[in-house]
Amino acid sequence: MGSGHGTELNLTLKVWRQKNTKATGSFETHQLTGISTDMSFLEMFDVLNEKLISENKEAIAFDHDCREGICGMCSMYINGRPHGPKQGVTTCQLHMRSFKNGDTIVVEPWRSAAFPVIKDLAVDRGAFDRIIASGGYISVNTGNAQDANNILIPKTDADEAFGAAACIGCGACVAACKNGSAMLFVSAKVSQLALLPQGQVERKERVKKMVEAMDAEGFGNCTNTGACEAECPKGISLENIARMNRELTSATFK
Amino acid sequence: MSKLDSKIPEGAIDQKWSKYRSTVHLVNPANKRSLEVLVVGSGLAGASAASSLAEMGYKVKVFCFQDSPRRAHSIAAQGGINAAKNYQNDGDSTYRLFYDTIKGGDYRAREANVHRLAEVSSNIIDQCVAQGVPLAREYGGLLSNRSFGGTQVQRTFYAAGQTGQQLLLGAYSALQRQVGMGAVELCARHEMLDVVTIDGITRGIIARNLITGEMEKHFGHAVLLCTGGYGNVFYLSTNAMGSNVTAAWKAHKKGAFFGNPCYTQIHPTCIPVSGDHQSKLTLMSESLRNDGRIWVPKKKDDNRKPTDIPEEERDYYLERRYPAFGNLVPRDVASRGAKERCDAGYGVGNSKMAVYLDFAFNTARYGKTEATKKNIQNPSHEEIMRLGKEVVKEKYGNLFDMYQQITGENPYEVPMRIYPAVHYTMGGLWVDYNLMTTVKGLYALGEANFSDHGANRLGASALMQGLADGYFVIPYTLGVYLSDEVSRMSAEKDKADSIDKLKTKHPAFDAALNEQTDLINKFLNIKGTKSVEGFHKRLGLIMWNKCGMARNKQGLTEAIAEIQALRKEFWSDVRVLGTANEFNPDLEKAGRVADFIELGELMCKDALHREESCGGHFREEHQTEDGEAKRDDVNFAYVAAWEYKGVSEWELNKEELKYENIKIAQRSYK
Repeated sequence: MGSGHGTELNLTLKVWRQKNTKATGSFETHQLTGISTDMSFLEMFDVLNEKLISENKEAIAFDHDCREGICGMCSMYINGRPHGPKQGVTTCQLHMRSFKNGDTIVVEPWRSAAFPVIKDLAVDRGAFDRIIASGGYISVNTGNAQDANNILIPKTDADEAFGAAACIGCGACVAACKNGSAMLFVSAKVSQLALLPQGQVERKERVKKMVEAMDAEGFGNCTNTGACEAECPKGISLENIARMNRELTSATFK
Repeated sequence: MSKLDSKIPEGAIDQKWSKYRSTVHLVNPANKRSLEVLVVGSGLAGASAASSLAEMGYKVKVFCFQDSPRRAHSIAAQGGINAAKNYQNDGDSTYRLFYDTIKGGDYRAREANVHRLAEVSSNIIDQCVAQGVPLAREYGGLLSNRSFGGTQVQRTFYAAGQTGQQLLLGAYSALQRQVGMGAVELCARHEMLDVVTIDGITRGIIARNLITGEMEKHFGHAVLLCTGGYGNVFYLSTNAMGSNVTAAWKAHKKGAFFGNPCYTQIHPTCIPVSGDHQSKLTLMSESLRNDGRIWVPKKKDDNRKPTDIPEEERDYYLERRYPAFGNLVPRDVASRGAKERCDAGYGVGNSKMAVYLDFAFNTARYGKTEATKKNIQNPSHEEIMRLGKEVVKEKYGNLFDMYQQITGENPYEVPMRIYPAVHYTMGGLWVDYNLMTTVKGLYALGEANFSDHGANRLGASALMQGLADGYFVIPYTLGVYLSDEVSRMSAEKDKADSIDKLKTKHPAFDAALNEQTDLINKFLNIKGTKSVEGFHKRLGLIMWNKCGMARNKQGLTEAIAEIQALRKEFWSDVRVLGTANEFNPDLEKAGRVADFIELGELMCKDALHREESCGGHFREEHQTEDGEAKRDDVNFAYVAAWEYKGVSEWELNKEELKYENIKIAQRSYK
């Protein structure tokens, strides 16, 4: 039960510290006592950082913002899994009730050639923005739209497009993949727009440009291990990758 | 004579905007290419403004403190976006959206701006759908609507409980398209630290590269602040951790008046605080009030499980007090209702500071409908609830999951426990009809300005305003000012030291940069004993206790003194570690908290001066016999626009609010 009924945990944390992109990093061990099971994982990090500051030590840098699982900013690799042990949640929505007293928790940044570490647990995911800039849109200038109900879209298509559009761009799929592939991220956007009537005009160009941009950023190839889908906090389906492959094939071989 | 000129166009309310659009000065395409616009913030207002202006041909730079423009906190908006489409044939119209918004704002918003907002609302939906935003649809393929508070029509468009996310990703994709075409330069992980003005005119900004710590000078012919609200002054709010007032506050100190700072929206349905470790509060969308019924036990200190309390022993207090609107009263009314019941001893949960939001009734109703559709004869209660749950899950699944992750309780089985939390700030930088602040060339859009929501914002109107300002207002209103800039540039084109030739080489840029560098070094050199976080928490407590849901003269007077003392302590004893030339989140936060402390004082002063209750501003001294907000239209029907005069000193300027189209009246939802 929530609401102050939580018990308290004593934990050992092994956290990756790295001064900047060029520096060599290493693990640092910290002991924490009295962590409420009602805390979120990031609130546990707040406690740790307050403790560090009180000891005149620099706080651990980590990315986070909305703390409600939607902005996609938080990005911790916890005990070998992006966003930790629970299925379908981001790090900020992971609560300490998922851990046991006495646990040792290892926390690392996303690791991928395309996501360089900025400091400690924060990485640069600018590659995702550049992929979207290459074609992840429908070219419609402001003011050019017709009445929204002029084009009917079957509910099932709209729902499927929404399912793909639910991607939060956190990069867990890349971090989970042994090849560091961004296929799940890219295919989610390709799928969303390919499923909608508005996306048809640029359909072929879009997939080609986005895949090209993805390759240029240094992401790895997809070998269908499915780790991305398993670790995606928003349940983005592998079917999107299959759809993108079909889209690319039909765009390439006319 | 007032220093404020709201520049409202002449003419009938429903003609003002269309006439304005057809007659304003334009900037020709060739000149647009030589005009630079800086957009600070990449949420709905910022992303939509930046993409629209770039499409028109302006040279645009976008700044955001997050690692990507897609992270801006608009992403977290759940419930929906209003538009006067009248797709439901239930009596909606531009006028009715206008009227509902003015009334919902408790008659403290500017009529002309609100009418324009209602007029462009339909265009927003068209634009978003054209971008591929997957809004919810009916089986026939048409767009779906739902109800939100403070209205009796269904005009809210939505995408499950992720409407903000989908709209922002639409605006973000339009923005990235312009980035890809080279029309927008993106500066992510950058924080604006000051506005640069020359002879009182905006010429650019100082920004810090948050990765390297480098201080940068950026020139612009106009600067658009799309930096959101300041709810985090309360420490605990539904805002993102990084949401801050710094850009707006620095602009305020450079001459931009701050409008109605005390108007804060406390959202009625949030997950209650669970302990001292709490870092933020999570909203449960207003859309849940479509299908959730709010109640507390009729008996004080009733410790039975909610499911064990029989129907006749429950007090559905909103339905009881407001039969016409029931659970769909506006947010300020619903929040005060919850506070009243909890203060009177009827609260639930361990803290007793919560009320129930119960879905059982409507789950059963949906279940019965589904059973009929599926032709199931005499379904059992379990069967009905199972079928109903599927419907509820489709509508609110992500919200229910979020609730369960945070509280560890299953809201499909037991009612949610909810309590009000700080959510939105109606106050913000004062702007005229063109969205320009009192500093020439400096604009404020979206939540960062004060203009459209009066003293209380209706649900699903924030997304509407952010996108209205960015897509459909600023593309027209910015040209009014920039066309004058074109004339000036042409007149000064042979001048060797013109603004346009010097740009960031003008000494004003170096002066501003040095000032901000000194400020950063000051934080680092205090080397005190207390963390930034600790100061923020203490400020939050003062604000919540004394400038929160209910305010009074004594509390506000105390709060002002406490905040002044806190400010002194901060500047002598804060501990900020690390260096200026690196990624240093603690240093970033120090600057933001320093600004929140100053803002907190102004909010309390504004709340103290406003001797009336209106919308989210509830002064205990001013209430009706049945505890409703009691306005004083004779003395307070104005926008309080505060002018910064130095530490702890402000001068009050007033913009009288004239209601020429809507009869100002006591707000009633009974």
